[in-house]
Amino acid sequence: MKILVTVKRVMDYNVKPKVKPDGSGVVTDGVNMIVNPFDEIAVEESLKLKEKNGGEVVVLSIGTKDTTTQIRAALAMGADRGILVLADGSVDPDAAARLIKAVYEQEKPDLVVLGKQAIDDDSSQAGQLLAEYLGLPQATFASKVDVAGKTVTVTREVDGGLETISFDMPGVVTADLRLNTPRYASLPGIMKAKKKEVKEFTPAALGVDIAPKVKVLKLEEPKARQAGQKVPDVATLVGKLRNEAKAL
Amino acid sequence: MATVLVIAEQAGGKVKKASLAAITAGQQLAKGGAMHIGVLGENPADAAASLLGYGAAKVHAAAHAGLAHYLAEPFAKVVADLAKANGATHVVLPATAQGKDVAPRIAARLGAGMASDISAVVDDKTFKRPMWAGNVVGAVEITTAVKVVTVRVSEFAAAAAGAAAGEVAKFAADPGTPKAKFIKFEEVKSARPELTEASIIVSGGRGTKSKEGYKATVEPLADLLGAAVGATRAIVDDGWVPNDWQVGQTGKVVAPQLYFALGISGAIQHVAGMKGSKTIVAINKDPDAPIFQVADYGLVADLAKAVPELMEEIKKVKG
Ligand SMILES: Cc1cc2nc3c(=O)[nH]c(=O)nc-3n(C[C@H](O)[C@H](O)[C@H](O)COP(=O)(O)OP(=O)(O)OC[C@H]3O[C@@H](n4cnc5c(N)ncnc54)[C@H](O)[C@@H]3O)c2cc1C
Ligand SMILES: Nc1ncnc2c1ncn2[C@@H]1O[C@H](COP(=O)(O)O)[C@@H](O)[C@H]1O
Repeated sequence: MKILVTVKRVMDYNVKPKVKPDGSGVVTDGVNMIVNPFDEIAVEESLKLKEKNGGEVVVLSIGTKDTTTQIRAALAMGADRGILVLADGSVDPDAAARLIKAVYEQEKPDLVVLGKQAIDDDSSQAGQLLAEYLGLPQATFASKVDVAGKTVTVTREVDGGLETISFDMPGVVTADLRLNTPRYASLPGIMKAKKKEVKEFTPAALGVDIAPKVKVLKLEEPKARQAGQKVPDVATLVGKLRNEAKAL
Repeated sequence: MATVLVIAEQAGGKVKKASLAAITAGQQLAKGGAMHIGVLGENPADAAASLLGYGAAKVHAAAHAGLAHYLAEPFAKVVADLAKANGATHVVLPATAQGKDVAPRIAARLGAGMASDISAVVDDKTFKRPMWAGNVVGAVEITTAVKVVTVRVSEFAAAAAGAAAGEVAKFAADPGTPKAKFIKFEEVKSARPELTEASIIVSGGRGTKSKEGYKATVEPLADLLGAAVGATRAIVDDGWVPNDWQVGQTGKVVAPQLYFALGISGAIQHVAGMKGSKTIVAINKDPDAPIFQVADYGLVADLAKAVPELMEEIKKVKG
């Protein structure tokens, strides 16, 4: 089976983002950039499916030239080839979905695997938008994926428990955190990745207008919580919860 | 002028409480215009009837056997059809698992831009929303004629019901032929309150040491207080508790009156889901744990000793 998997370049999740003084964005100078954690899980799942069922894993990212680093990271894990759609500035989830759709139409994969959300915009939209634009079934927030013949069965993490749905390929899956634990790239894997093909496209070449439907006007840091107090013992804690916070 | 369609979520004929936060956002958006409410299901009549008291111009019940189990494709189609039939300028859903799953498909069908998880309505096209695990708040403008938003439930008060007015309008739903099939739902049953609805939450992390340790500390304290239980991703991953109990950036976002963080380090992804709580108590044996930076009351102690003491003390004062 042929799988198209997306990876977004994002700031390291261990770094607390700082908003630029003019509120136009967050400071990225000198900040470590990584593959969006959910996308790393999407890559791992794609590789596992290929190992079981044969086929090919194609990695797609949309971003600046630097994003090649994140594509190579996925290639080093074992993906076969990469596609970079060059876009400066921010691409909203809707534009991302329409670009992924254009690549889908060229590549005709059996399955598209995305992360359930990008940890920078926290939108959780691109997979669902893509599925609707392509008229395909979707299984979002996947914690288990099984493929038997043409049929994909997915366990999803939803409110109140776990739901299982299935569809016949082609379709769209978005990965939740518990789907798997991504492998580390091996040294030979990293060496091989350097020679793998990464094709570049512009949105114009794909015929997609990336003007955002949603504009980010301004960013700010939320009000910080007031620093609290340490209490010496349990009795003091309960006293304060009762008399000061009136919470008990 | 805005015509707002709020989609309420129901299960077994009962409206989910999260829908009331979406109605509050809908009321704010509809100022000067009109708010409609829609409910979908195999037989959503009772749920729809219970929504007549929230000031909606119309409450629509979209009934169809094909809507018996939630699935994204048919739900998105029916909501988009309902929005078109009523000339909706805005479609509003709660940011529940269902809302998050279906709303982008609705937006795609309507050619609408969408803002996820809004925390405030600024005006009819501008919204605030948390980004970067809640470390940043963005003001965003949706530039399309029709706009779709999902509502962060902890940031909007639940709408209060007034006297019921009018009657439920039936919408002839056509769910189409979905390509995905519903197989089963394994419900995590619990006698405790739901995380997103509880006024007190007791959460545990790796500091509870084990599945048994969690059961022996977090659960008895929660039961003494009539509280819901929560957890960090670390212990959900380790299989100590069900996934549905996870609080944080990728779990539930909660804002109870009182939140106990027991043996939780306070990673930003966890804090993202609970920092809206009114009063936060942290018990951790590490005096430098980051959780103490967001806790109103911090106790540096070993859980094995502190939790039994805490329960004794609470029993004493509460009689
Ligand atoms: C993309 C992404 C999304 C994530 N989303 C979430 C999310 O939604 N929710 C979430 O919770 N996490 C999330 N995480 C994980 C998060 O980064 C942390 O790893 C996790 O929250 C840590 O859990 P913990 O506090 O239980 O464990 P630890 O960080 O290991 O902390 C355990 C704490 O227990 C204390 N302790 C140990 N023994 C005792 C004792 N006997 N008595 C008292 N205290 C004790 C220790 O001092 C320590 O502070 C996410 C991570 C990523 C990368
Ligand atoms: N610029 C991008 N490049 C590659 N993949 C993306 C991009 N934006 C979004 N995606 C994919 O879509 C998923 C959901 O993103 P979002 O809707 O922004 O939360 C991510 O986990 C990625 O897999």
